[in-house]
Amino acid sequence: MSDTAAIRYISHPHPVTGVTNSKLGVWCFLASEVMLFGGLFSAYIMLRTGVPDWPRGHEVLNVPLATLNTMILITSSVTMVMAWASLELKSLSKFRLHMALTVLLGLAFLVVKAFEYGHKFEHHHFPATSNFYATYFTLTGLHGLHVVGGIVVNTYFLLFGIKMWDKDPEQFTGRIEASGLYWHFVDLVWIFLFPVLYLL
Amino acid sequence: MSSHSPEAVKKEVRVYIAVFGALAILTVLTVGVSYLKLPLALAIAVALFIAAVKGSLVAAFFMHLSTEKKIVWSILLLAAFFFIFLLLYPSWHSF
Repeated sequence: MSDTAAIRYISHPHPVTGVTNSKLGVWCFLASEVMLFGGLFSAYIMLRTGVPDWPRGHEVLNVPLATLNTMILITSSVTMVMAWASLELKSLSKFRLHMALTVLLGLAFLVVKAFEYGHKFEHHHFPATSNFYATYFTLTGLHGLHVVGGIVVNTYFLLFGIKMWDKDPEQFTGRIEASGLYWHFVDLVWIFLFPVLYLL
Repeated sequence: MSSHSPEAVKKEVRVYIAVFGALAILTVLTVGVSYLKLPLALAIAVALFIAAVKGSLVAAFFMHLSTEKKIVWSILLLAAFFFIFLLLYPSWHSF
């Protein structure tokens, strides 16, 4: 049974692929995520180009709040990559700090988003109101769910998963890198959602 | 990425801070351009160009794609092919 870890290649790169199986798995997952959001972006293009009149984002949405959220998410991407770098530098306290900041910034993003949604609901703007709002709520809602997922995973690593550091620091660092890849992807999706929905 | 020396990681951290600065500036830029009320086609081109630069920075540095192995790139190229197909697909039909 001592070969188990060697077969799984989760702490060390697989000799054939050059990456750990966990990293390869996350990239495959992210590729499928590209298709998930790609389908919705495609639907957005079809809906928008199919009608003569489509509201410009800045006329109906709150651009300053969305800009704030963009900054929050970009900052959280930096703290996330710093959490990983802290582990590379063998500093668990710095990892805790950066990971806690990442989780807090993720929560801040959701709070701002909740304000934005609340404002829309107050004015009776729902997904069923128009194709624009259907697209807006579907895309930002799915993205928001991804933020929630990232917060759950990162909180787990911060509070419980961190125990693995004593047993297998390489594997734990790999887990944080994998979780980071996902978090950066969520940031990347927002980088495109922001101009597409709010600025155009 | 786990075989990095402390010096190399510290150098990378400086790159992350620089990328963060670039992303912040580009965010302000894209919002600023949106207030110019450019014609829609031009506005789309500028906004998507800035978003593409920002996205590339995130992917290349935060996600370490600039130094990533071929296998990861091949997965992404396949995804990119289908993604572009999906985006262009509506324009091949009239609804």
